[in-house]
Amino acid sequence: MDPLRQSPSPCSSRPSSPKTPPCEIHGYVGIEDVLDQVKIKAMKMGFEFNIMVVGQSGLGKSTMVSTLFKSKVWKCTLPGLGMPIPQTLQLKSVTHVIEEKGVKLKLTVTDTPGFGDQINNDKCWDPILGYINEQYERYLQEEILITRQRHIPDTRVHCCVYFVPPTGHCLRPLDIELLQRLCRTVNVVPVIARADSLTLEEREAFRRRIQHNLRTHCIEVYPQKCFDEDINDRILNSKIRDRIPFAVVGSDQEYLVNGRCVLGRKTKWGIIEVENMAHCEFLLLRDLLIRSHLQDLKDITHNVHYENYRVCRLNESHVLPRGPCWVNLAPTPPGPPVAPGPSKVCRQAREDSDDDEDDY
Amino acid sequence: MTSEVARHLLFQSHMPTKTTCPSSQVSDDEQKQKRENTRSLTMSGHVGFESLPDQLVNRSIQQGFCFNILCVGETGIGKSTLIDTLFNTNFADHESSHFFPHVRLKAQTYELHESNVRLKLTIVNTVGFGDQINKEESYQPVVDYIDAQFEAYLQEELKIKRSLFNYHDSRIHVCLYFISPTGHSLKTLDLLTMKSLDSKVNIIPVIAKADIISKAELQKFKIKLMSELVSSGVQIYQFPTDDETIAKINASMNGHLPFAVVGSMDEVKIGNKMVKARQYPWGVVQVENENHSDFVKLREMLICTNMEDLREQTHTRHYELYRRCKLEEMGFTDVGPENKPLSLQETYEAKRHEFYGERQRKEEEMKQMFVQRVKEKEAILKEAERELQAKFEHLKRVHQEERMKLEEKRRLLEEEIIAFSKKKATSEIYQNQSYMASGSNLKKDKDRKKISNAQVLEGGSKRASESMRAGSLVYRAQLEGESRRARESLRAGSLSYRAHPLPQH
Repeated sequence: MDPLRQSPSPCSSRPSSPKTPPCEIHGYVGIEDVLDQVKIKAMKMGFEFNIMVVGQSGLGKSTMVSTLFKSKVWKCTLPGLGMPIPQTLQLKSVTHVIEEKGVKLKLTVTDTPGFGDQINNDKCWDPILGYINEQYERYLQEEILITRQRHIPDTRVHCCVYFVPPTGHCLRPLDIELLQRLCRTVNVVPVIARADSLTLEEREAFRRRIQHNLRTHCIEVYPQKCFDEDINDRILNSKIRDRIPFAVVGSDQEYLVNGRCVLGRKTKWGIIEVENMAHCEFLLLRDLLIRSHLQDLKDITHNVHYENYRVCRLNESHVLPRGPCWVNLAPTPPGPPVAPGPSKVCRQAREDSDDDEDDY
Repeated sequence: MTSEVARHLLFQSHMPTKTTCPSSQVSDDEQKQKRENTRSLTMSGHVGFESLPDQLVNRSIQQGFCFNILCVGETGIGKSTLIDTLFNTNFADHESSHFFPHVRLKAQTYELHESNVRLKLTIVNTVGFGDQINKEESYQPVVDYIDAQFEAYLQEELKIKRSLFNYHDSRIHVCLYFISPTGHSLKTLDLLTMKSLDSKVNIIPVIAKADIISKAELQKFKIKLMSELVSSGVQIYQFPTDDETIAKINASMNGHLPFAVVGSMDEVKIGNKMVKARQYPWGVVQVENENHSDFVKLREMLICTNMEDLREQTHTRHYELYRRCKLEEMGFTDVGPENKPLSLQETYEAKRHEFYGERQRKEEEMKQMFVQRVKEKEAILKEAERELQAKFEHLKRVHQEERMKLEEKRRLLEEEIIAFSKKKATSEIYQNQSYMASGSNLKKDKDRKKISNAQVLEGGSKRASESMRAGSLVYRAQLEGESRRARESLRAGSLSYRAHPLPQH
């Protein structure tokens, strides 16, 4: 869908260095070969991508992941069918290495069965936030070792896809609570699940209402407006922001339609084609997540969310980690109170503000 | 996996694209994945993430690249010219003098554009290298400079609120070491410098002004140089040979080290082209001719093929080594006394408390010292005040005595005057009576003399007493002024000492 585009990155193109007079090159130097070098190095090292799907059971999360990556990501088919609903929220994580045209991608998918299924769903987001923070913690511990590895394994969640049930009305309190908390820690892409139960008009109305809800509650979903680098990014991202949340349908079954074999859902009144833009917006989601914004998702996670976590963590002088895998859920900050601002660092008011001598 | 394979086969004919895993890599990957507990998946359709490298490249383009070159070599060996030739520009630079007492480093940053790549190039030159008579300290500034760049990066990385993606990386990525074309061997200074730099930076030795050496001599010179480097244990940068695409060319270039280069920005017409060359009466040395100099090889290796690898080596090897040494020096370890993994955070906290405690202690100490000094000063000032007071008293007393004496004298004088005036009165009466007596002249004279004497005395005594009075007044005023001044200065001094902050010493 979207052709290759310049992915925006949360890094200033302004050099923060002494004034640099631009110089004229009179002939061939060969600087642009460095791009090839970068590419070769990247292909050799491979890529990593960690995605988390959050939503109530039965919304088609697992199917969606399988559809996105065109393979059976989960070992067992359709978890939840015939299995008892788990009493507490458990996070299941599975890692795959997939390769396409020489590009190796290590994909980690985290599922959250049992989310929002209990009678009392109070604080059901704690395990999710705990898991996300645990990944940040793991990375931080690796980073502050004296002898550290050449390439720190990146298990941080780069993107969280939130499945909104297709009620057709508006976001529910549970959704709003979770989204408010999630948006401060991770990139969130909300989608309308099982959109085949809504007509096109209902979809549009639902989408507008959800957008309105998000604005009212100051929930900044990906792509965040404050990270647009320049005018091109803003135009592109505005188009995406206009269509968020995408109305998606997932399927891993294939049917014959007009002589072509397509992924779809077969019903008595017709076949819903997953990859047909007229039927659902799955292609938009796939392009956003994989084809155009994957690097950007990783960049924002690394430069913004991880740095925010690190700042909060290193300021907690009374809580010392007791080892690489120790996770302290309780003093996890209830989300840095400031939404990512232009300086892209958590500007939390601290009691002892003369901690500027922390760098020794 | 069998169901997947079956499905894959079933729909093979209908799939627009196929993806296959190269079988040669499967066994290695499988083992690695078994260790990492991951599965390898075959996809049944085109997902589209082969654009990932392009996304990465696009981000790099937007961010721009940064490259820092350090040129170490004697004055006049051709460092600036070579850099100009390498990057095909004229960086504004002038000849430097040979008379600097110490080696300095001069860094300049430029922005270069080629097609859509922005390169922020920093050239650091040594100024005055090898010019001193005593060269013992020549290489130290260079080492210090490199360490300072690492230190700056480490500081930024250890900050709580940091912005690494915004940071202008000033760490040196490559050091071009210029060897003089003596044709014999390495100079001692060169060996020493390279030995101290090889663990901190990637060194690429080049033979400068190579048009002095003939081809046969050059080969021998290169072999001699390399053997000397190897035998002294200097680790120069080896072009990486682990990636198949560039392994062959890198391996062959490794054999051509050190590169014999000629630099020139002047153009000479050869045939029908203008080429960069140096013109001599006996011929023209073309810079970009492979037979004449290794310049093209150097440019190829430095910029076109290995720039990224140089940056990576700097970051992952040299910088990590520096960081490890620095943190261990500060007392951080990864493993605690009972072999339990210690975290940096813990040690850092402990150290912070320690430092705070020490700071408190020092503050207390300083406060005590300050108080003590204030006391001392106050005592001194009081002493001085007392002394002045005593002096004042003494002077006053003296003055009083003088005054009394003067009073005494005045009284006497006045008495004398009264007595005299009485005498005068009586003598006048007598004069009138003894007009007949002729012997009154004598008496008159005597009387006159007496009168004049008395007048003189009177005048004199009056003057004396007045002057004494004036003098004593002045004297007293002076004394009082002095004592007032002394008192005021004492007061001011003690005030200032009380109000002044910590004395600096």
